[in-house]
Amino acid sequence: MTALLEMRNITKTFPGVKALDDVSISVREGEIHAICGENGAGKSTLMKVLSGVYPIGSYEGEIVYDGDTAEFRGIRDSEDRGIIIIHQELALVPLLSIAENIYLGNERASSGVIDWHETFQQTEGLLAKVGLREAPGTKVDSLGVGKQQLVEIAKALSKNVRLLILDEPTAALSESDSQALLDLLLELKGQGVTSIIISHKLNEVRRVADSVTVIRDGATISTLDARGGELTEDRIVRDMVGRDMAHRYPEREARAGEVIFELSDWNAWHPEHADRQVIEDVSMTVRAGEVVGIAGLMGSGRTELAMSIFGKSYGRNVSGEVRMHGKPVDVSTVDRAINAGLAYVTEDRKTLGLILEDTIRRNTVLANLDGVSARGVLDEKRETEVAETYRKALRIRTPSVFQKVMNLSGGNQQKVVLSKWLFTEPELLILDEPTRGIDVGAKYEIYSIINELSAAGKAVIMISSEMPELLGMCDRIYVMNEGRFVGELAAAEASQESIMSLIVRDKGE
Amino acid sequence: MEQAERAGGIGIGAYIARHIREYGLLFALIAIMLFFQIVTGGVLLRPVNITNLFLQNSYIIIMALGMLLVIVGGNIDLSVGSVMGFIGALAAVMIVNWDLPVGVAMIGCLITGMAIGAVQGYFVAYWKIPSFIVTLAGMLVFRGLSLWLLAGQSIGPFPQSFQSLSTGFIPDLFGIGRPNGLALAVGVAAAVLLVWFGLRARAQNARYGIEDEPWGLFVFRNAIVAAALLFVTWKLAWFRGLPNVLLSMVVLTVIYVFVTERTTIGRRVYAVGGNAKAAKLSGIRTERLTFLTFVNMGLLAALAGLIFAARLNTATPKAGFAVELDVIAAVFIGGASMAGGSGKIVGAVVGAFIMGVMNNGMSILGIGIDYQQVIKGMVLLAAVFFDVYNKNKEA
Repeated sequence: MTALLEMRNITKTFPGVKALDDVSISVREGEIHAICGENGAGKSTLMKVLSGVYPIGSYEGEIVYDGDTAEFRGIRDSEDRGIIIIHQELALVPLLSIAENIYLGNERASSGVIDWHETFQQTEGLLAKVGLREAPGTKVDSLGVGKQQLVEIAKALSKNVRLLILDEPTAALSESDSQALLDLLLELKGQGVTSIIISHKLNEVRRVADSVTVIRDGATISTLDARGGELTEDRIVRDMVGRDMAHRYPEREARAGEVIFELSDWNAWHPEHADRQVIEDVSMTVRAGEVVGIAGLMGSGRTELAMSIFGKSYGRNVSGEVRMHGKPVDVSTVDRAINAGLAYVTEDRKTLGLILEDTIRRNTVLANLDGVSARGVLDEKRETEVAETYRKALRIRTPSVFQKVMNLSGGNQQKVVLSKWLFTEPELLILDEPTRGIDVGAKYEIYSIINELSAAGKAVIMISSEMPELLGMCDRIYVMNEGRFVGELAAAEASQESIMSLIVRDKGE
Repeated sequence: MEQAERAGGIGIGAYIARHIREYGLLFALIAIMLFFQIVTGGVLLRPVNITNLFLQNSYIIIMALGMLLVIVGGNIDLSVGSVMGFIGALAAVMIVNWDLPVGVAMIGCLITGMAIGAVQGYFVAYWKIPSFIVTLAGMLVFRGLSLWLLAGQSIGPFPQSFQSLSTGFIPDLFGIGRPNGLALAVGVAAAVLLVWFGLRARAQNARYGIEDEPWGLFVFRNAIVAAALLFVTWKLAWFRGLPNVLLSMVVLTVIYVFVTERTTIGRRVYAVGGNAKAAKLSGIRTERLTFLTFVNMGLLAALAGLIFAARLNTATPKAGFAVELDVIAAVFIGGASMAGGSGKIVGAVVGAFIMGVMNNGMSILGIGIDYQQVIKGMVLLAAVFFDVYNKNKEA
């Protein structure tokens, strides 16, 4: 078999970051090629280069597709050549029918008038191909995620797909839906469709893939032959993790004191799909001066867990008990959770953490206005003093606290969010992806702040997708998968391999 | 750090350029007043007309105070014109038809206004129905209810005690009569207070190294505002003194400036409008605040309804028709953002005066209602365009 696609020495730089560094990948005609790597390794960026989202000229390197050099200026160009990408978040219009979705932007029409007969007839043919038994007129929002995924594939087939790219196609699917989807991929392979599949589920990769390319830190690590069943999951995991992590984290001493925070039998259901349990029987403890990590893949329920604890800001039918210093506390609304001594630094600081149009000063005092007011009247002098104190303590780089936070860098914005929560004088800080999207130097500073807090006797929970970060910072790590804690590792026994294998083993069951 | 050092020595021109919106509004009001003063041959600023300006626009200004909070909170209230008309009708029925004491009827009307606001706020805040839809429904409902209440007729006249709410004047405590000693004293006191508060804020800003307007500009701006205050009170003193309505307007404006800028509840409303999710995750009860902004709006709409009815000395089915548009326009001309989270009480009041002076000036000139609407519409668009244009330039 010859190569349908070769991406040679692809390098893609964003301001300050090299997202892809000399990546090469070769996909043979008619195979299923898996791309594996941790969150942030560069998989999605690579696919965006391939599909023309990042047009020719915005990256270095060469793409050879079907024998000649491809120069895609946009998604249209790559789709014209039969490269179709299906994203993790499905791109369907919920209130339109299956048929309308499949031919959206590509209508069966003459001079603008849609030929509904042809549309429905061809849709029926496509649905038969993907094994979806639904009427073409069914509205997409009445379908489950699994069936919606099939509609996406039918849509790809309608565009005469030659190379189908699926980004985490089974992440949101149930076991049986996943199996059906994988079977469909194998069937399409039989019909000559080449696929690239991005997946964390290594058992699925082993089941369908002919070859596997592992990407780490924006570079190709290895290309493995997966035919013949000799490739093990451990081998893939080893290539996915393993990186130098010396001196990226400040020294810390473990000084765990008494138990501050206890969570028991915590459960929560999805806010819209009442039958989907997102958090299942989670229990944990955090001691004073301890930094406890929660590791897990995207979608494992880490943020949902934190939000459901913090004032039941996520989920329905949230149940379970929270104890502080051994006494049960009420965390049913955000202000009660704050009063109980909890603070939650959100994952997405721009949409959930800050009021971007407001100044540093106003953001700093927002969660504790009572601390700068008397009988409801604000003391602006005190407000300014508080903001100044935290600006100095957390080394926020800004000429004054009257700057709008939208003008700050990501690292400084994160420090403002931290200031806001420190001013509520919490005993437990939940940090959700505290270093996402900020540069290496600022990361180190955030780590130092975390260490100072724990040295001062605060309990810290750290949620992160970057495993080295958890390993470098935490005294103890809970491993989370599909809404449950599947393991607990002390710092000494934790490694990327041990965490990954806990997750992978759980997925395999 | 570099920027902080430069801030001290910033030039007047550069400072105005950076705060073009605030100064632009003030200068626009002055320019519009001068323009109409000239083209009306001096009629605009005659004592009797200045008095009329306040009487005619009081209800718009009072509602603009509430509308600013609603809009800052990220919502809108289209029902205020209808609610105002409905409350006027209710007052007429209670006072004229049922012979209830004026005080009782007024309190009943204000409570009804709050209840109306509470119902609309309930659907907006707790059921997350867009305020546009809830209050559009309210606009239709209360327009219909006032027609029903008045049975299509006008009801009046009101007793003198009720009329004085709007058309009364504060008696001259100094007993001079003409010029009115109280009006002059109040004018001087207001000007002094304004300058004193300005100086105090400046001193405080200087202590924290906050960038402030250059000294020359501060003097110039305060001189203009103080002169305008003295001028207006001087003119009022030569007619019948201070109208009751002016007093309620000023008191309310001061209260709302204080609430929006100096209290935790005011700060929280801005936070909800600025980023509702972040506010909620900071422990702010966003639903309750949204609810309260509508209750407050209902209260002020009711007060406006009473004042309007008292001025016309009759309740008519047409009262308050399309007034919501003037109120909303005043708030946006005053610099509030449709997206919520920003806008100032003073801006809304100045915006209302801009609308009021244009209404008044164009009426004196005998410009038809058709052209008046066109011109007002274009002024609104120009003001908001100016905002957006400046923001884009900044970015």
